[in-house]
Amino acid sequence: MPSSLEELQHLSDKIRLYTLKELENLGFGHYGGSLSIVETLAVLYGGMMKYDPISPKWEERDYFILSKGHGGPALYATLFIKGFFDETFLYSLNKNGTKLPSHPDRLKTPGVDMTTGSLGQGISVATGVALSHKLSNKPNYTFAIVGDGELNEGQCWEAFQFASHHKLSRLIVFIDDNKKQLDGLTKDIIDPIDFGPKFKAFGFYTLKVNGSSVGEIYHAVEKAKTQSDKPVAIILDTIKGQGVPYLEQLESNHHIRPSEQDHQAITTAIKELELRTGVKA
Amino acid sequence: MNSINTSYELDHIEMRQVYANTLLHLAQQNPDIIGLEADLMSAITTNKIIKEIPNQLINCGIMEANMIGVAAGLSLTGKIPYLHTFGQFATRRAYDQLFVSCNYAKLNIKILGSDAGVTAEHNGGTHMVFEDLALTRIIPGATVIEVSDASMLRNLLTQVEKIYGFHYMRTIRKNAVKLYNSDETFEIGKGKVLRDGNDITIIATGIMVAEALQASDMLEAKNINAAVIDLFTLKPIDRELIIHYAEKTNHIVTAENHNIIGGLGSAVAEVLSEHRPTKMKRIGINEQFGQVGKTDYLKEVYGLTKEHIYLQCLEQLDINK
Repeated sequence: MPSSLEELQHLSDKIRLYTLKELENLGFGHYGGSLSIVETLAVLYGGMMKYDPISPKWEERDYFILSKGHGGPALYATLFIKGFFDETFLYSLNKNGTKLPSHPDRLKTPGVDMTTGSLGQGISVATGVALSHKLSNKPNYTFAIVGDGELNEGQCWEAFQFASHHKLSRLIVFIDDNKKQLDGLTKDIIDPIDFGPKFKAFGFYTLKVNGSSVGEIYHAVEKAKTQSDKPVAIILDTIKGQGVPYLEQLESNHHIRPSEQDHQAITTAIKELELRTGVKA
Repeated sequence: MNSINTSYELDHIEMRQVYANTLLHLAQQNPDIIGLEADLMSAITTNKIIKEIPNQLINCGIMEANMIGVAAGLSLTGKIPYLHTFGQFATRRAYDQLFVSCNYAKLNIKILGSDAGVTAEHNGGTHMVFEDLALTRIIPGATVIEVSDASMLRNLLTQVEKIYGFHYMRTIRKNAVKLYNSDETFEIGKGKVLRDGNDITIIATGIMVAEALQASDMLEAKNINAAVIDLFTLKPIDRELIIHYAEKTNHIVTAENHNIIGGLGSAVAEVLSEHRPTKMKRIGINEQFGQVGKTDYLKEVYGLTKEHIYLQCLEQLDINK
């Protein structure tokens, strides 16, 4: 348990800082969708999830599956901060021979529970993990983050039907509703209309929170853990590029190869985050 | 050399019963074994498992992509999923799931693809899979098997429980010709020489093994001594055996209830072209889709008969019919 929401906010700032440093070190990458899940990762790795960086395969851990695998850089920053690997390892993102590929790989990176990146697949695997624990009467939670664009994939809805039918109440799915997918706004490509009623209709215990508020996310997970007959959907109202105003306003921010102007803005954001977190440059 | 039955009669037990009985037996011994189905339990008779041990057989509904993901999740947590569906759904329909969630992630998953090739009969072209072995064979690290009879299916289902990794096993659902005795042993990756010969070698899989044996009987009557190999493991392939028989007989004919592109014929040709170039013929489906019909009719249509193998062997040997 975190001692305070301030601590979670601090962790969130650090995850954002190292996500940016990691991507800037490489020079390109999935900025937008990494930044929109930072607060959620802070809540999970800041106390809501059981894990052990010394023993990442610890059987009693909770499982985390980043179904929207392109958010990998944010997960890697989190795993670094929590001691799964060192800073040099973090900056190997996507370098030749790296163990930190764009999309998470369970065979390469300590702390990555499942290989994801082909959208729609991670959430099915998460339901399998949750089912397995339920069959064995084990208390482990399974957390998964799916993207709003990812929910275009029919496989996700197969998984939701399955989770609901099997009453996988220890499966907690976050929907990163950052309103954008690769080619533009979700409402212009495949309009999600409203995720809330959809998840309710699929039999989920459904909550909607401000996905940039560690407090709201924290309380939603606490609430989710009190119920025991349905899987949980926590819809995160987020912004693609969240927490870096310049990137939030950038029209196309799924995968960025920053221009000189972009670099300046990102560098400014990094300096602000360093000041706020006390991390030295 | 293996002692085999040469009556070429159908076994009394259906392959689906063998699968269901074996899986039930294995699952009763090992609580980590979980059977998965996509609304085809009654087609493969695994509903008996749900009655006995309901927690060890999950009907995933008609969602093959999700079922494969669920299998991956079960494997991640130490379970051993045995998944069944029709071969085209397990491979063509959910290929990226098979590729990424099972294999790229290196998980421990056993898949039975049923209704091999023409034996899909009246389900017709949409359900007739001539590509599953090709699709699974190109996946790095996958083990790819086509079983030819009940004893083999029982034996291999039991073996793969103890071997970590992805195993794709193709079978027919109904009765197969009985080839092996119930105590026969099988080594994955090693072909079975069912008949030795000096003039030509017929390498076959699945329902074509019995056809190949009967073709060799017909050849015998012409004083042609044909070897017959059941190459039930397509991958890893038994290179040494193929090369040995190419050297011994100089002529190879393959016979498969599958597309000749990517299946047995391709696999054998790959070995021979690199290690011992040998003139060969490939019998199988060639640039065609499936269609409805009884198995015997479809075997005629696609040239999957002992007569066709016999004629192709004669042509290969340049002997007048």
